[in-house]
Amino acid sequence: MSGLLQFSQVWVEYGDKVVLEKVDLSVQQGAFVSVVGPSGAGKSTFLRLVLGQEAPTRGAITLDGKPLRAEPGPDRGVVFQRYSVFPHLNALDNVVFGLDCAGSPFSGRLSGARRAAACDVAAAMLARVGLAHALDVYPAQLSGGMQQRLAIAQALIMKPRILLLDEPFGALDPGVRLDMHGLITDLWLEHGLTILMVTHDIKEAFKLGTRVLAFDKRRHDPQAPNRYGSTVVYDFPLDEKTRAAIPAALTAMAEPQSEAI
Amino acid sequence: MRRLLNIRPPWGVRLLLGALPLAAVVLVYLGAASVQHSLNPNEKFLPTFSAMVDQARIMALQVDPQTGAIPLWQDTAASLIRLGAGLAIATVTALVLGLVIGVLPLMRATIGPLVAAVAVVPPIAILPILFITFGLGETAKIALIVLGVTPFMVRDLAGHVLAIPEEQIVKAQTLGGSTWQIALRVALPQAMPRLLESLRLSLGPAWVFLISSEAIASDVGLGYRVFLVRRYLAMDIILPYVAWIALLAVIFDLVLISLNRRLYPWAHTARTR
Ligand SMILES: Nc1ncnc2c1ncn2[C@@H]1O[C@H](COP(=O)(O)OP(=O)(O)OP(=O)(O)O)[C@@H](O)[C@H]1O
Ligand SMILES: [Mg+2]
Repeated sequence: MSGLLQFSQVWVEYGDKVVLEKVDLSVQQGAFVSVVGPSGAGKSTFLRLVLGQEAPTRGAITLDGKPLRAEPGPDRGVVFQRYSVFPHLNALDNVVFGLDCAGSPFSGRLSGARRAAACDVAAAMLARVGLAHALDVYPAQLSGGMQQRLAIAQALIMKPRILLLDEPFGALDPGVRLDMHGLITDLWLEHGLTILMVTHDIKEAFKLGTRVLAFDKRRHDPQAPNRYGSTVVYDFPLDEKTRAAIPAALTAMAEPQSEAI
Repeated sequence: MRRLLNIRPPWGVRLLLGALPLAAVVLVYLGAASVQHSLNPNEKFLPTFSAMVDQARIMALQVDPQTGAIPLWQDTAASLIRLGAGLAIATVTALVLGLVIGVLPLMRATIGPLVAAVAVVPPIAILPILFITFGLGETAKIALIVLGVTPFMVRDLAGHVLAIPEEQIVKAQTLGGSTWQIALRVALPQAMPRLLESLRLSLGPAWVFLISSEAIASDVGLGYRVFLVRRYLAMDIILPYVAWIALLAVIFDLVLISLNRRLYPWAHTARTR
């Protein structure tokens, strides 16, 4: 099996603390993978590996068949729960940033006609995420939901091979979160994106994902809690029908259970 | 009953409240001065306002025949050039070193300890070394200001740059930013408002270093004049000079505050009490 993103026998250890062990995984292009698991299970660590912010202690990761560069790059976009946008740039400049970097190695800022063209592209992207009216607004003046819209637009401008989301909607109100679900699903379809999303909300995981991965420890040593790491304990591929049925089923079941993971 | 910490005076009341202690200090001084003068007309320690105004007039308006210049302006110009040169060098150094230390772990490891070591040396203690090395001219005085305030500014700025959330730096890399581009477009602009603030906070120490070096070896300057007339117990000159220095300090402070707000509005959107 060969996917866009491939993990083989990946381990992450900090000293004698094992965080991830023996992770084997293949993610197909176009997948929307939800990642769930208890706090501390290593979900963010997993994303950091894909991002290249961290290298595995053992094992190999490939993207498009090539070993993953252990450094963040424009082929992998990211939206964090917070601090994903630049506070000193207005919305438009935040989105143009990627184009500036690509087109102007020395000054880091395009000028003249090229800048104007880049601004048009960025403005269209901002309009697409619903921020057409806020081009010259600084992030601090945007609501939490609007900041996440901005962060998504900023990431998508680079046309990343894979988009990584670490609890992107975790800090948002339920209503706003619902709007964001619609937006991210539409963008995923329009741009043919491959998405890895970490979430604590299992309903969200089933509603958005085409596949749900659950990270947890297989084994437990009560005397040495750090001895064993987490790995993928459940891997649910979802077709259209199950995707439609599961959130309803989860709602029908007890609410508190759905928050348990 | 509302909590005391929730009672916020309106604008006008705040102004009035701020003026009261100042007025009280002036009144107490005037009272003490007039009592002293009624006891002893030659009293020198507490000059009356009219005596101070007379002296201030002489210092600010009359040409000193020995130097051919008006003392107050000559002193002010000399001091401000030293202060300006020292602070300019310190600010530029702090910007470059602070960015480099804050952005590059390699440089942090290399020059961080050096800056920390220089920072613990009391600057006044090396003033003799400066006079020996640079002579008694302008260089030593400017160098004292530079050595005195730069380490603080460098560390403050480096700390601020280091505190830029990791998420932002990672995001910038996923947007294709190189080390140079990230330093220039992410770290530098976010460092600027902090640099101005740290410059503002360094003004106080800079004045101390300036006046110290002028008091020890100089023939012109605000600090020189104050220490010169001290020999004649000329409080009627010292006090107006001190007031003038205070006024200059307040003006610089306000200018830097308003410049910061105007240049970097995004950095000042948080609500303050
Ligand atoms: N640099 C590090 N040094 C030591 N331990 C670390 C380090 N980074 C992460 N860990 C540990 O790795 C484990 C997994 O952390 P991670 O942030 O990936 O969990 P998570 O699943 O994202 O949790 P949450 O749901 O709370 O975000 C935690 O126990 C954490 O303490
Ligand atoms: Mg996490």
